[in-house]
Amino acid sequence: MQQVVIKTDKLTKRFGHFTAVNEITFEVYKGEIFGFLGANGAGKTTAMRMLIGLSKPTSGSAAVAGFDVYKQTENIKKNIGYMSQKFSLYEDLTVLENISFYGGIYGLSDSQIKAKSDELITKLGLQKEAKKLVASLPLGWKQKLSFSVALLHEPKIVFLDEPTGGVDPLTRRQFWDLIYATSDKGITIFVTTHYMDEAEYCNRISIMVDGKIEALDSPENLKKQFNAGSMDEVFYELARGAKRNN
Amino acid sequence: MVTANNLIKTYGKKHEVLAVDHVSFSVDEGEIFGLIGPDGAGKTSIFRILTTLLLPDSGSATVAGFDVFKDYRQIRNTIGYMPGKFSLYPDLSVEENLNFFATVFGTSIKENYDLIKEIYVQLEPFKKRRAGKLSGGMKQKLALCCALIHKPAALFLDEPTTGVDPVSRKEFWEMLKRLKAEKITILVSTAYMDEATLCDRIALIDSGKILSVDTPANISASYPDKLLAVKADKMSPLLKALSKFHKILSSYSFGEYAHVSVKNDEENIEAELKNYLQKAGIENIEIKPINASVEDCFIKLLK
Repeated sequence: MQQVVIKTDKLTKRFGHFTAVNEITFEVYKGEIFGFLGANGAGKTTAMRMLIGLSKPTSGSAAVAGFDVYKQTENIKKNIGYMSQKFSLYEDLTVLENISFYGGIYGLSDSQIKAKSDELITKLGLQKEAKKLVASLPLGWKQKLSFSVALLHEPKIVFLDEPTGGVDPLTRRQFWDLIYATSDKGITIFVTTHYMDEAEYCNRISIMVDGKIEALDSPENLKKQFNAGSMDEVFYELARGAKRNN
Repeated sequence: MVTANNLIKTYGKKHEVLAVDHVSFSVDEGEIFGLIGPDGAGKTSIFRILTTLLLPDSGSATVAGFDVFKDYRQIRNTIGYMPGKFSLYPDLSVEENLNFFATVFGTSIKENYDLIKEIYVQLEPFKKRRAGKLSGGMKQKLALCCALIHKPAALFLDEPTTGVDPVSRKEFWEMLKRLKAEKITILVSTAYMDEATLCDRIALIDSGKILSVDTPANISASYPDKLLAVKADKMSPLLKALSKFHKILSSYSFGEYAHVSVKNDEENIEAELKNYLQKAGIENIEIKPINASVEDCFIKLLK
């Protein structure tokens, strides 16, 4: 039996008369790389904000890492990592300062922060840059650092919102090596992307259209189901019918 | 239509950041020319130099025969520019923004309505809405209309599809094809490698330097090694096994396949590779020779 780490049942969010997320029901398993796809305006960000405890659902239920999204948002935040598409480290702090700042926020002790900093700097090969301002790093390194910082407190699940937008093709692949390595450790990856080749790297994918999950399966099964040669075709088949005008 | 000769641009007090590094290329009239590269490659700096919004440290450039130093006024009247960041007036309505830009360029919406009609009809239901309240896709369409309203000879689009989903990206490129049919020269920048094939010619750019300028087909054909696509049950163990095979020059994931480069003179490599992977415990192996994509070439040039 696979262990369920995210479970939603008819999770819904309305803004006035607009139903941004419309009764989505799905499960995500431990250690899985789960791709959360959809067109712009399909409701991905709203759904994700409910799952990470930043937005209260209108109706339905959901549990993340075993905690309720209505009542236990603080527990959720302690058990997840989040990396936004907008680079969110402090540009005016050095690499090491950023690590200790976020380590502090997550409640790590000084000795834990020291150990984590050393481990992270070595893993990313940032020895020469450790005392440099983050602003001076190339985008690809910033993204890798940002991902590692989101993992500092050893969360059960990490949410990545378009982590590879705009990075070069080589760095994009190195980033996915980090994702694989993280998933191998049993950490669940919940990722959004507009790159359909990256959709192929996920264990399972959901595709949202107009607030609903219209498809959910492994990339292989989805291609079979839609009689498509690539995930690009699957996505096109589903999303071109979207009514929401973005 | 556009020429850039040895453009150099640095930033910082001591010129320590080299954003544009000896960049030269030319764009022919009526073509779609793509500047392809990641964030921070220098694409925006080049666009801002060509649109006369930024002076280069050295080098020269012309647009429609006008010099970017001396004739900047003429250039500004001749081109349309859509910056990567939304730069219309958020407090003006859709219609007011368009009217404003038409007036600034001494024309009216009516005069060039044909050119923007197909895009504008999608915006018309919201024409009284403030531009700041539009969704991302709608903002992008309005910005394109405003850049087109004076019927420019050349259109500069800086990362128009960044953060846009694959379906909307496809629609956007279809719009560009229709504009090309109207004889408008289009310079477009993007970090999406798959959009390269939609351009007539492309420049691959990284760290301020142009790596290659040619048609997408010629760039793909210039890939120096033999390239194989390899598929198996699981990507992660496949990549690990591939990285340990001594005859492989490089291997990278491309969707459900790994692209594997080997020397051109390797004759029996497919059988050898299959044999090796089977011994390494990889299952359901499929191997086929393929032609390189622009993304393969970009990775090769980065190394």
